[in-house]
Amino acid sequence: MSLAIKDDEIDVVIGALRSDLTSFMNEWRPMFSRFHLIIVKDPDLKEELKIPEGFNLDVYKKPDIDQVVGSSTAIIFSGYSCRYFGYLVSRKKYIISMDDDCLPARDNKGFLVDAVAQHITNLATPATPFFFNTLYDPFSEGVDFVRGYPFSLRSGVKCAFSCGLWLNLADHDAPTQALKPGQRNSRYVDAVITVPVRALVPVSGINIAFDREVVGPALLPALRLAGEGKFRWETMEDIWSGMCVKVVCDHLGLGVKTGLPYVWRNDRGDAIASLKKEWEGVKLMEEVVPFFQSVRLPREATTAEDCVFEVANAVKEQLGSRDPMFARAATAMLDWVKLWKSVGSSSSSPRV
Amino acid sequence: MVEPATATKATAPAVPQLKDELDIVIPTIRNLDFLEMWRPFFEPYHLIIVQDGDPSKTIKVPDGFDYELYNRNDINRILGPKASCISFKDSACRCFGYMVSKKKYIFTIDDDCFVAKDPSGKAINALEQHIKNLLSPSTPLFFNTLYDPFREGADFVRGYPFSLREGVPTAVSHGLWLNIPDYDAPTQLVKPLERNTRFVDAVLTIPKGTLFPMCGMNLAFNRELIGPAMYFGLMGDGQPIGRYDDMWAGWCTKVICDHLGLGVKTGLPYIFHSKASNPFVNLRKEYKGIFWQEEIIPFFQQAVLPKDCTTVQKCYFELAKQVKQKLSKVDPYFDKLADAMVTWIEAWDELNPTGASVPNGKAA
Repeated sequence: MSLAIKDDEIDVVIGALRSDLTSFMNEWRPMFSRFHLIIVKDPDLKEELKIPEGFNLDVYKKPDIDQVVGSSTAIIFSGYSCRYFGYLVSRKKYIISMDDDCLPARDNKGFLVDAVAQHITNLATPATPFFFNTLYDPFSEGVDFVRGYPFSLRSGVKCAFSCGLWLNLADHDAPTQALKPGQRNSRYVDAVITVPVRALVPVSGINIAFDREVVGPALLPALRLAGEGKFRWETMEDIWSGMCVKVVCDHLGLGVKTGLPYVWRNDRGDAIASLKKEWEGVKLMEEVVPFFQSVRLPREATTAEDCVFEVANAVKEQLGSRDPMFARAATAMLDWVKLWKSVGSSSSSPRV
Repeated sequence: MVEPATATKATAPAVPQLKDELDIVIPTIRNLDFLEMWRPFFEPYHLIIVQDGDPSKTIKVPDGFDYELYNRNDINRILGPKASCISFKDSACRCFGYMVSKKKYIFTIDDDCFVAKDPSGKAINALEQHIKNLLSPSTPLFFNTLYDPFREGADFVRGYPFSLREGVPTAVSHGLWLNIPDYDAPTQLVKPLERNTRFVDAVLTIPKGTLFPMCGMNLAFNRELIGPAMYFGLMGDGQPIGRYDDMWAGWCTKVICDHLGLGVKTGLPYIFHSKASNPFVNLRKEYKGIFWQEEIIPFFQQAVLPKDCTTVQKCYFELAKQVKQKLSKVDPYFDKLADAMVTWIEAWDELNPTGASVPNGKAA
């Protein structure tokens, strides 16, 4: 039932917003060491990266980004968006990506969670977006489809995207975390769930994996907040990207899973400070959600590139006039499609 | 290996919530011994026992419980000719209990379901969890990746629009089962030894527009909000199908909840399901359903209710009409079922007069 995904089909992509990656890499060593890694340094980061020995990796920095992408694009690869450069230049079929302030978590029995292995399992087994299984992922060990689940839907569809969760500092927005400064997520929910078709979901970019060949173009650095900063509370880029991914997957008949694996997210930053700096972002979703709920892709859009192109045009038409941020996002999306076609799909890696 | 809880006494809540607003409906054909284990959690509540099968048999209810009991003779006496819509020799007869109840909330449980233990070993008060689920809002319009945001220790995630954070009223709370999972007959035959040992510590809202298989073993609902949609169909004696009663009610209920802006939750609480029914008997009952399902699901997925269906009864009449129009060609059974759906609503309104809903007349 499950695909056989080989180690050499996977890239682990890390966007480095901090220079000292020593403890991060060492903690993840048991899970990462089998794979090729792509580390993309935030172009705004001044200090040299500190990376421990013993990994098979490629590091990309500002000069590399400039060389490959040039200055003719509206896309800004700074901050959390630097990871998208890694997705662009990767030549592997699958990508696993996580923020550099996340460490391996422990499950309910106290064992360290191999988040990479769990993401691979999620992508290797089918998703079930057309009908909800009350025992959650029927392809997990010891579980199956329940009574009443139509047999014609039991083969499922390809899972193109896996969104993991976070223990300790969960991915709440700044107002929520500011209101409950002490709240930490300690609940380990032992389930993987397919997000049903047409259900929209805020897909956080902190701990994800995806089939680059199939949905790569839909993960895009497009929506940049005016006050975007180096804390997740000050960004919406991944949420925007995630909504695009879900719409594209729904259209192409692909699945999106959420749930396991958990990572442990370190405390970092101050929600109130972030809220003061960038509070406009939270209002955005009020316009974004109705837009994505209503966007319809034409039947002729049969690839992720086609779909992104259509969504970008819809953004330009319907949201562009509301806020220049949306107009810029639409332009960035169109640039991204062009970039993907020229750089992302070529057979050899643009290693400089 | 999972096991049922044994020491429930210590964990009953000091003040049982909704004591006078909730009825527990239990269909039975054998006995109610299982109630002993549930006593600390159930005793404060009123029970409605629906006795299926031979009405001359006496079902003993353990001492100390406040209850009303109905057998087939009672059902026939109370409903007269409309009793034809209530199944015989099938647990689907439980929906008679929903109809005669005068309470706002219903919790229904099978007589082979016992108290489960959570991973810490503590006995799970399933009723208390269902009540929590029903009394807090649902979030069907946007999926929260941290599941029920109204649970302690949880909240909405970044990106969740603020205008949707109030949620909608919860109409249904669908609980799950440890030990014997609710599998269909083919799966039971292939995996007779599989047991559900995974405790998933989550409650989640099923998104609007998504259907699910609703199991009636461990189920609670707001009778005022959705009661008339909880008709468990024509099953058992004289019917070509069985084990699709709760499924049918679930599909109708979800379509109506989606239309009326109500929420359906699934997940906690778990109960311990102790009896695996005979898979060969089950296969014979389900056999037609397995094929019919393939037509029924698209029917419900595509069902659209007109805007003027503003009450559950109106929605249900409309669904009955569409069942007759679109599913009769699958099998004449659906013609009968559509008529029974209408009879059910007529009987419901007779037993629960409010004046609020005017039936649209018999389905064409």
